Amino acid sequence: MSTDTRPPPSQFAAKLRRAVGGRAGWGGFALQILFVAVLAWIGYEIVANARANLQSERIASGFGFLSNTAGFDVSQTLIPYSGSDTYSRVFLVGLLNTLLVSVIGIVLATVIGFIVALGRLSPNWLLSRISGAYVELIRNLPVLFQILFWYLAVLSALPNPRQSIALFDGFFLNSRGLFIPKPIAGSGLEALALAVLAAIVSVILLRQYARWRLFNSGKAITIWPYVIGLLVGLPLLAGLVFGKPFTLEFPQLKGFNFAGGARVIPEFVALTVALSLYTAAFIAEIVRAGIQSVNKGQMEAGASLGLSRGSTLRLIVVPQALRVILPPLTSQYLNLTKNSSLAVAIGYPDLVSVFAGTTLSQTGQAVEIIAITMGIYLLLSLVTSAIMNFYGWRISRSMGT
Amino acid sequence: MSDEVAFVRQELVPERAAPVRTTGFVGFLRTRLFNTPTNTLLTVLSALLIWFTVVPTIRFLLVDAVWHGADRNACLAENVGHPVGACWPYVTAKLTQFIYGFYPAAERWRVNLTFLLAALLLLPLLIPRLPAKSLNACLFFIAFPVVAFFLLHGGGMTAFAVSGAIISILLFLLSGGTRTGWLALGVSLAWFVGIGIVIDSMGDAGRLPIVDTRLWGGLLVTLVVSVTGIVASMPIGMALALGRRSTIPLIRIFSIAFIEFWRGVPLITVLFFATYMLPLFVPANFTIDGLMRALIGIAVFAGAYNAEVIRGGMLAIPRGQSEAASALGLSWWKTTGLIVMPQALRHVIPGLVNSFISLFKDTSLVSIVALFDLLGTVRASFADPVWATPTMLFTGFAFAGIIYFSFCFGMSRYSLFVERRLNAHRRN
Repeated sequence: MSTDTRPPPSQFAAKLRRAVGGRAGWGGFALQILFVAVLAWIGYEIVANARANLQSERIASGFGFLSNTAGFDVSQTLIPYSGSDTYSRVFLVGLLNTLLVSVIGIVLATVIGFIVALGRLSPNWLLSRISGAYVELIRNLPVLFQILFWYLAVLSALPNPRQSIALFDGFFLNSRGLFIPKPIAGSGLEALALAVLAAIVSVILLRQYARWRLFNSGKAITIWPYVIGLLVGLPLLAGLVFGKPFTLEFPQLKGFNFAGGARVIPEFVALTVALSLYTAAFIAEIVRAGIQSVNKGQMEAGASLGLSRGSTLRLIVVPQALRVILPPLTSQYLNLTKNSSLAVAIGYPDLVSVFAGTTLSQTGQAVEIIAITMGIYLLLSLVTSAIMNFYGWRISRSMGT
Repeated sequence: MSDEVAFVRQELVPERAAPVRTTGFVGFLRTRLFNTPTNTLLTVLSALLIWFTVVPTIRFLLVDAVWHGADRNACLAENVGHPVGACWPYVTAKLTQFIYGFYPAAERWRVNLTFLLAALLLLPLLIPRLPAKSLNACLFFIAFPVVAFFLLHGGGMTAFAVSGAIISILLFLLSGGTRTGWLALGVSLAWFVGIGIVIDSMGDAGRLPIVDTRLWGGLLVTLVVSVTGIVASMPIGMALALGRRSTIPLIRIFSIAFIEFWRGVPLITVLFFATYMLPLFVPANFTIDGLMRALIGIAVFAGAYNAEVIRGGMLAIPRGQSEAASALGLSWWKTTGLIVMPQALRHVIPGLVNSFISLFKDTSLVSIVALFDLLGTVRASFADPVWATPTMLFTGFAFAGIIYFSFCFGMSRYSLFVERRLNAHRRN
């Protein structure tokens, strides 16, 4: 009785089955065909219903409305804008306002978050308790609550322009917003820009040189006096040689309001303060967890090498903690950007407020406008996470892993 | 050789000073607050910070607060004679509105009953020592929403009886059919009959008058939106998590795209989408209630976030578990339903509670799409001239803040407790 070895199963058939149906094989293939058919049917129903509904309500469709005149004013614009501009200009204005509040919020939140995290890890009992209380209080209140609190309760309690709170005779805080001196370009502006650029480049070169010396000869050079000298001296020199780079226009009380200077609208102040304080609490927890995830021995090794606590943190602990901190930090930055859409509740003219709010109610073209708005946020999310992934990749490369 | 004598000490060494105390209150001050000049400075600064924040807050909330009064005159500084803090009579006067919105006064017992039922079902679910968790969870996640809908919205007894029967049969089948399902069937039937009797005795001619959702408001809407959100997002989240882990290409791609899309957009655009676009997607003669639209948007949004939490739990289950199930000859559905999912869900309870906390906070956004939740009701009450005083805004925010904080803080403590319990073996 001879038992022949069975022929090996056909590689091709197995691979095909795997490709079209995963581990479930042909059953899986049938399942996903059914799934796609159901999806397609739902999609068809949606499109047909939407078309019929739009026709019966006589709402135009398509993106033609973008070139129509908007006809409303926006309280804060980074680019020139007037009521006679088009809806696409409105979109741009809103997008820039969203980006402005997000970028400033991210910077502030990161700074506050790191400070609170260090406070929480401080050996000082009182300081760490205060930081902990801040984190618990802020994290357990809705962000919309905080935005409304700053806008309705705190900022509206500010005095009227005549009784403004003045700082250095140039900054005035009152119920109409924050008035700040406005720089007006002078003759030496280009020279100043060049000088700042040159200073930054030379500082970078100096740092590289100091590192090179340190790694090659083991001698540390103190570079900070030179850095300060370059950063302050060069622009100062440029100003002296080429004349004033800009003059400041100070806000002046004229009648019941301020004239001149630049005005930061209260909505912006409230939104930025609320978003940065809110996100800072989350960032503080992330940073604390990241720093605590670094082995205690690293801190002790740094101390035994004679480094100060600050140097140990800066040179040994934080670089290692950054790898743990970075992914959740990215998602907090994204959360801040997404939360900036709550501007609509207080009327800060961000993307959602002027585009998905005012433009939507004027044109009625819900489908297009909401699709564009969601698409923009999706794009921002993807871009931010791409940048952060790149940075994470750089860090992990520099750690040699 | 000499007769020098080696040095011999003649007297005792003088006593050393006692070591610096490092225990007790004084030691605590020395080691944790004033050990270095920097630390001393930080301590002084912190103390100043506390002095300038906590003291005014306490003065505002308690010391300078006005506790009784009929209208704004009671809370004006010139009438009281000292700087006025919180104006609590304003909150007392508006309290029913903050809790029920404009829910008719005669029908408020239904809201109270719903709150009570939720508490009765939720508490045993949250205490780990109590038995019958799966039956309890089934009742809370399947039977309770139906009962709550009837109680809050209203409707006839026939519909209630029919849905009660359907739910009971569903629970019977879910908990094992003829083998082990009898207990679930009995409990569910008893539950529906009990509520039915209450409704019958309290209601109007055997039916509950319908209360339009436009009349709902305050804490009621906050709780309805958050509880519905978490209940409805669980099946969505589980399905998406399974889809994302599936090896079937199109289902996996769809799940990934769906999850990443909803996680990538802000909730407010989701609510705008649900409010303005959803009505266009259904036939013209079919209208969706305003609250319902927001609920759909929130359920999908929370589902996408829960999917990631649940997927994390499934990744934590060792491969050997599902391999062992396959070796026993269990099908994919049985492997998932009996082996993987129960373990994964147990693992992610803290994560789910955390996502519930953020959902609870996010429900405040529905006030932007013209629904009156707690924050929306408080904000609307600011327009009332009867109570318009300089401290009204701060009082309202203090009240809403205390409610939000106690809910969220309580839940986060619970999540920590469960996490510690789950990781008991990993301690030290």
